[in-house]
Amino acid sequence: MADPRTSVINDRLKRIGRIVAVSSGKGGVGKSMVATTLALTLAKKGCRTGLFDLDFTSPSTHIILGAKYAQPREEKGLIPPMVEGLKYMSLVYYSGDNAAPLRGADTSNALIELLAVTLWGDLDYLVIDMPPGIGDAVLDLIRLVRRIEFLIVTTSSQLAFETVKKLVALLQDLKVPIVGIVENMKMTESKNVRQQTEKLGLKFLAEIPYDAKIESAIGDTEKLLDTALARKVKEIAQKV
Amino acid sequence: MHEWALAEAVIATATQIAEKEGLKQVTEVTVKIGELQQVEREIFRFALMQLKPASFKNVKFHITTAKTTLKCRVCGNTWLFKKNKLDKATAEAIHFVPEVAHVYIKCLKCGSPDFEIAEGRGVWLESIKGAK
Repeated sequence: MADPRTSVINDRLKRIGRIVAVSSGKGGVGKSMVATTLALTLAKKGCRTGLFDLDFTSPSTHIILGAKYAQPREEKGLIPPMVEGLKYMSLVYYSGDNAAPLRGADTSNALIELLAVTLWGDLDYLVIDMPPGIGDAVLDLIRLVRRIEFLIVTTSSQLAFETVKKLVALLQDLKVPIVGIVENMKMTESKNVRQQTEKLGLKFLAEIPYDAKIESAIGDTEKLLDTALARKVKEIAQKV
Repeated sequence: MHEWALAEAVIATATQIAEKEGLKQVTEVTVKIGELQQVEREIFRFALMQLKPASFKNVKFHITTAKTTLKCRVCGNTWLFKKNKLDKATAEAIHFVPEVAHVYIKCLKCGSPDFEIAEGRGVWLESIKGAK
């Protein structure tokens, strides 16, 4: 007759100020790094912030955070642990370091389950690290989370931006708010992405230069917040 | 006590359906629980009783259990989920998010993790009855 879980999702999220899904048209654009750094920056500013890794098959935010031993607490639902100042939720608590071979329907079910049983409590921001592209997670969040907003990450590559255009077209069609577009790993002076973003009627949030040192900051949030990327993400946090 | 969150979802959905159908008093709610999620029936029933609104005053909760059937997408083998074949940590992980079964369970015949949870996944609201 009915899946009961979907009816409590918006209730679970009602004490959250803003819910921002960090997305991309394709993979490899640094979306998880931007999402994690954005969440850490908001927390550093004094905002109560949560980070939810919805990239179930390729999760990486726990590695960026260096979250090793945290586990959710069970109390009338699941209470995400505090990791580096963030309320942090990920499927890795349950899948460990193993491969999670999930098909679309399984991804949907796992996402609905976690949205239905996670008790976030009071937050100013919930940042969601999305899987790349227009898949089940994007469609489910649009369907189930009333106040969802999207922040889109791309690289300077025309290939990446072409996929962004498709994501933007879908979101605009469905009247889902888009916070803006971030150009990541920028290596040239080209204004192409900025111009195309403005052409789409969207806010160009920042251009983040390619930073070879970022790799050494993985797992060390203090180091991460001291990178060129973090300085640019700080600008984004002002605009969000 | 994660059963509590699932019970809240059942009550919220049953309330919405009752309102939609114009039921002033709900007398029966039938919930099906898939074995895969290993919901503790008594905790779940207790939570339902604690959470029920005034319009559910005389409600009877029927909780049925469905066996979990897994069907391999590669070789077509069908088998039943058995909790006692899992260690405690694995059983608990599947309890919280049943889809992580794909991480820990493989087809008994060909070893593939690419199987379908054909039946008996989690909590499902089967029916509600009441008076208008």
